[in-house]
Amino acid sequence: MALIEIRDIHKKFGEHQVFNGLNLEVEEHQVVCLIGPSGCGKSTLLRCINGLEEIDAGEIRIHHERVTGPGVDVDALRRDVGIVFQAFNLFPHMTVLQNVVLAPMKVLRQERGEAEHKAMALLTRIGLEHKAHAYPDHLSGGQQQRVAIVRALAMGPMVMLLDEITSALDPELVSEVLNIVRDLAKEGMTMLLATHEMGFAREVAAKICFLCEGTVHEEGTPQEIFGAPRKERTRAFLKRIIDAGRL
Amino acid sequence: MTSAVPGKGLGPVETGASRAAGERRFHAGGPPRNPSGLALISVMVGAFATLASWATLLDLRTALATVGVAGLAIDACLIAFGIIAVVMPLVPAIGAVAKARRSSRSLTVGDLITARMEAAASRKSSSVALGLVASQILILLAILFLIANDLAVSKTFFYLPLMRDSFLLILKAFWINIYIFMIAEILVLVWGLAVAIARLAPGPGGRPIRLIATFYVDLFRGLPAIVNVYLIGFGIPLTGLPVLKDLSQESFAILALTLTSGAYVAEVYRAGIESIHWSQMAAARSLGLSHLQALRYVIVPQGVRQIIPPLLNSFISLQKDTALVNVIGSIDAFNQSIIIASNHFNLSAVTTVAIIFFVITIPQARFVDRMIERDRQRMRAGSK
Ligand SMILES: Nc1ncnc2c1ncn2[C@@H]1O[C@H](COP(=O)(O)OP(=O)(O)O)[C@@H](O)[C@H]1O
Ligand SMILES: [Mg+2]
Repeated sequence: MALIEIRDIHKKFGEHQVFNGLNLEVEEHQVVCLIGPSGCGKSTLLRCINGLEEIDAGEIRIHHERVTGPGVDVDALRRDVGIVFQAFNLFPHMTVLQNVVLAPMKVLRQERGEAEHKAMALLTRIGLEHKAHAYPDHLSGGQQQRVAIVRALAMGPMVMLLDEITSALDPELVSEVLNIVRDLAKEGMTMLLATHEMGFAREVAAKICFLCEGTVHEEGTPQEIFGAPRKERTRAFLKRIIDAGRL
Repeated sequence: MTSAVPGKGLGPVETGASRAAGERRFHAGGPPRNPSGLALISVMVGAFATLASWATLLDLRTALATVGVAGLAIDACLIAFGIIAVVMPLVPAIGAVAKARRSSRSLTVGDLITARMEAAASRKSSSVALGLVASQILILLAILFLIANDLAVSKTFFYLPLMRDSFLLILKAFWINIYIFMIAEILVLVWGLAVAIARLAPGPGGRPIRLIATFYVDLFRGLPAIVNVYLIGFGIPLTGLPVLKDLSQESFAILALTLTSGAYVAEVYRAGIESIHWSQMAAARSLGLSHLQALRYVIVPQGVRQIIPPLLNSFISLQKDTALVNVIGSIDAFNQSIIIASNHFNLSAVTTVAIIFFVITIPQARFVDRMIERDRQRMRAGSK
């Protein structure tokens, strides 16, 4: 059963057509990677699923429930759909712990003690319990991004949307973040991630979707997409990636 | 290293690295410009300022004697000032001359580096001397203004006996000003934020609220505060509205000033809120926080940190505006001082009010500086 179903969505930013009848499905416990040239709409797609952007036509369903269009409780949707951004977006005026417990306390109405206990458990898992009382400015990029992941996980989401979460990191910090994603994948977390880390995509993804011209231009298993892409544009894109030494 | 790499499509471009060393040498410049002219000017200007200072101090002594302020202590003070007036500009000026001479001496023996350093030091001393002279002359002009026409200016604005006798009366009346601005500031903090949030109400549903809030801000920013105080202070009692009409004059003042200042502070808040990058709002909303929760826990706390200085400006101008209550007859410090002034045909009591207003703003400015600094350190320093 598909956990996320995206049916024929259309979206325009002014004159610019971002989605032009895009379809995509993510099964429960599946990891799906979105690849494609910069500006093809990967971030926008993730933001639409999370209700941060509205679509013009089509629909998105999660667990068969429509989450787009009028009458949708976006706050409820977001409780179950976590998103992590390229730029971390931690709250700079709060400590790491405060960042993590804010939503569980204010949205899920957990007691402070309970929320902090859970937060500390998560922070311990990623090896950042000693930074619980530090402010984000004092953390490395990799540490900040790990905290951002934990902040999303603290809400106990059913799906995680990850938007190029390693793009803003120094190369030596990438692996510490990807390790967490790898662990989540092993635990069966359903994830949809936009990424430029092709090696990682090949390793964790069950399905790769190549976005181009407002649709999923080609999709398949990593072997199919990276080994024998059928479409010309996919091949051209992958060649550029290889030329850049990223595969 | 020795020659440019013949890159693809790079034409026969000659780069700096492609030239053999020795063809081209680095030049740090020729001999320094001669600094003696500037040094001499600063000595001359300094000497002039010294003479002018002594003349003024003598005038001051005569003027003080006419009001019975004279004696050894006064003379000692004047002499001390006289010495300072000599030392201040002349020491750096003479230093500049000495350095200029050392510079030209180094030049004759061919020590270019020392010559350049001494020349630069000389010019720096000259500029220090000239700067001091400029401020000295400004102070002299102020003193001349105060003692002109047999101390007329001083007596009108700074008649010490009157200032001393009326001080307590004015201080007591100043309590009214404090009372008004303290309460108004608290109200403005809340009211301004509410208006700012209303101006940022999202979506088509928020449109009427946005429009009303915008209209309010436009209206009360455009309305002169004194007109507003007058309208509310005299108008509401005339309306005979129950409860409202029985409020004290101070309450009307508080209401009027809150409405006026609230319009400004709302804009300050809005600027602070809008200065926070939209991605913070996105992050907060993505966690399931509502729009108002996101504002309350994420956006406003960050925005407020940015706006403390402009907020203080608004507060200081609110504090000064409390003097406007005299148009509705409240006996605040200013009104009290006007009464004293007209009884004595002398404005010194009003000067006292001016000084009090001036004095209360200084600690506030320092307090805010410290608060900002502490906040910055806390966020930078990581764990407390
Ligand atoms: N808020 C917006 N307003 C206007 N255009 C936007 C907005 N967000 C994204 N776009 C445009 O939509 C396209 C897709 O952007 P994005 O989803 O960020 O691409 P990607 O993440 O794949 O690089 C880009 O051309 C971008 O300029
Ligand atoms: Mg993107």
